[in-house]
Amino acid sequence: MAKEKTAERKKPIEPGSWRHTLHEMKMNQACYWMMLPFFALFTFFTVIPVVMSLPLGLTSFNLVQFPRYIGLQNFYSLFVNDDVFLIAVKNTLIFAIFTGPFSYVLSFILAWLINEMNPFLKVFFTFVFYAPSMTPSAFVIWQLVFSGDSYGYLNSVLLDLGIINTAKQWLTDVTYMMTVVIIVQLWTSMGAGFLALRAGFQGIDTSLYEAGAIEGIQNRFQELFTITIPAMGPSLLFAAVLAISGAFTVGSVGAALCGMPSTAYAVHTIMNHAQDYGSIRYEMGYASAICFVLFAVMLICNKIIRGVLSKYTDN
Amino acid sequence: MAETLVNNAAITDSLEAENAKALKRLRKRQKKRGSIEKAKVKKSKGKHINGSLGGDIAIFILLALLGIFMLFPLYYSIIQSFKPISELFVFPPKLYVLSPTGENFSNLFKVAGNLWVPFSRYVFNSVFITIVITLMHVFVVCCCAYCLSKCRFPGYNFLNQLIVTSMLFTSTATWIMQFVVMAKMHMINTYWALILPSVATSMGLYLMRQNMSTINDAIIDAAKVDGAGAFRTCWQVVIPNQKPAIATLIIFVFQGAWNVQGGALVYKEDLKTLPTIMSQIAASGIARQGIIYASAVVLMIPPLVIFLIAQSNVMETMANSGMKD
Repeated sequence: MAKEKTAERKKPIEPGSWRHTLHEMKMNQACYWMMLPFFALFTFFTVIPVVMSLPLGLTSFNLVQFPRYIGLQNFYSLFVNDDVFLIAVKNTLIFAIFTGPFSYVLSFILAWLINEMNPFLKVFFTFVFYAPSMTPSAFVIWQLVFSGDSYGYLNSVLLDLGIINTAKQWLTDVTYMMTVVIIVQLWTSMGAGFLALRAGFQGIDTSLYEAGAIEGIQNRFQELFTITIPAMGPSLLFAAVLAISGAFTVGSVGAALCGMPSTAYAVHTIMNHAQDYGSIRYEMGYASAICFVLFAVMLICNKIIRGVLSKYTDN
Repeated sequence: MAETLVNNAAITDSLEAENAKALKRLRKRQKKRGSIEKAKVKKSKGKHINGSLGGDIAIFILLALLGIFMLFPLYYSIIQSFKPISELFVFPPKLYVLSPTGENFSNLFKVAGNLWVPFSRYVFNSVFITIVITLMHVFVVCCCAYCLSKCRFPGYNFLNQLIVTSMLFTSTATWIMQFVVMAKMHMINTYWALILPSVATSMGLYLMRQNMSTINDAIIDAAKVDGAGAFRTCWQVVIPNQKPAIATLIIFVFQGAWNVQGGALVYKEDLKTLPTIMSQIAASGIARQGIIYASAVVLMIPPLVIFLIAQSNVMETMANSGMKD
């Protein structure tokens, strides 16, 4: 017994050393086995394809001939020669600033309000607000609403009320396009984040609220800021990541409503630009470079949000 | 021995004094907020303790108004599918049906019955891959999320960062390389080509990881002390406490899996899925306008059903049940 102890003391395992790491790995062997199935699949179907497609940004690749290395030329022409790209960057930032935070806050508020209801209404309203995400190409309906002739629902209502006297071209007039697409984007972007936040609310220990009431919390808002938000930090972070990736990859809504390319590129986004080069012109190298820039922007944004939310989360 | 007894007595005394003080404070506070009975009545309704009836009604009206906008496309596509051909082409489209008919649906199944490969084959393909993807994904993701949230192993930070980063990456060029990888693994034209890429998505994993990280470490330590390994701790202690998150995960996966289209990965006719074949039927021209709406409605039904089942099974939270600190 004593001998064993001295033997242990002779070789102390210092944290940070290789032996320590190895020891830790052995201790957590079961974890590695449990993670293996997912990460094996993840490596083959996500990591390897992504890593393999990163170098494409440095090539000229038309899908038929083998990629030809051209160095940083794609990035050079992206920022110096490509006027449309700069418009797309500007539009993407406007979309991201308006739709990202708004849809995030809106879905949080909705999830919170629903959480206050009785079980039946909870299920019902969760269904109602998630419904657009389950209806394929739900935003197409907005084409009818914003249709440019006097039969478009919005135009006909406004004409009847006498607010406007000629039909407005909501989807082709540069002055309205941005606003219209932002509204529709907000409306479609809630789905996944909203549902995740609902789960976060449902995961909160209800005894916390009882304790809060005993401690003298007066109203819903105090309850929200002192109990609810700190208790669901991880879900907030998840929804934030979804909101970022959603906000920066907007494009399909604008393309569906206003066409691609839209009038004067008024709602053209980075994502549209990448699709333009990727699936219409087949300049894959250039499209990859565009995506890489977008990825870099999102990473920076993610770092900032993480910093803001860091006091509520462990990682 | 006697000393400890005296000590214990002293401790209980001081505790009692403290308790009495706390009780006094509590009563004072409750008096300020209204009577104790009122608080009890509110609690017994199973509602939040804080909140007023007027507030509830205002919230309900607000949500109902917003809800109309949200349900509009669902309502519209259902209405469209019941319109006879004469009403479908009225412009602007009416928001109601004058003479509802089921002929769009019967036409859909008539066309479906005349396909080269029996229609039941496509139904089977879709149901099969959806079930396999959902089961595999939930199992694999739960195991992995438990480790990523609750075990501190070498590589912990790296793997967590990798998952978040992968959620932010979008590339229009990735599919080329995905095809290359799958071709190298001889998976083109097999069920695996439809199943495995959907299992390997990271969004569900990150969702589960974030939710599991709110679980109290004390439960897990207790399980470890009782001799449960990582796998048993995960499935018998952590997962039963994660009903809301699992329900959400299932909704996401099922919806994704049900809408899987083979694209370039599967071109054999008898491996194609229902959405693929529905869009093929719909693509054949303006005369099939009614069928397009009917097929959209038919395809929407399974995810809707799963959504309602999953959501209504998560009435009340189970988080940290059995924990008393």
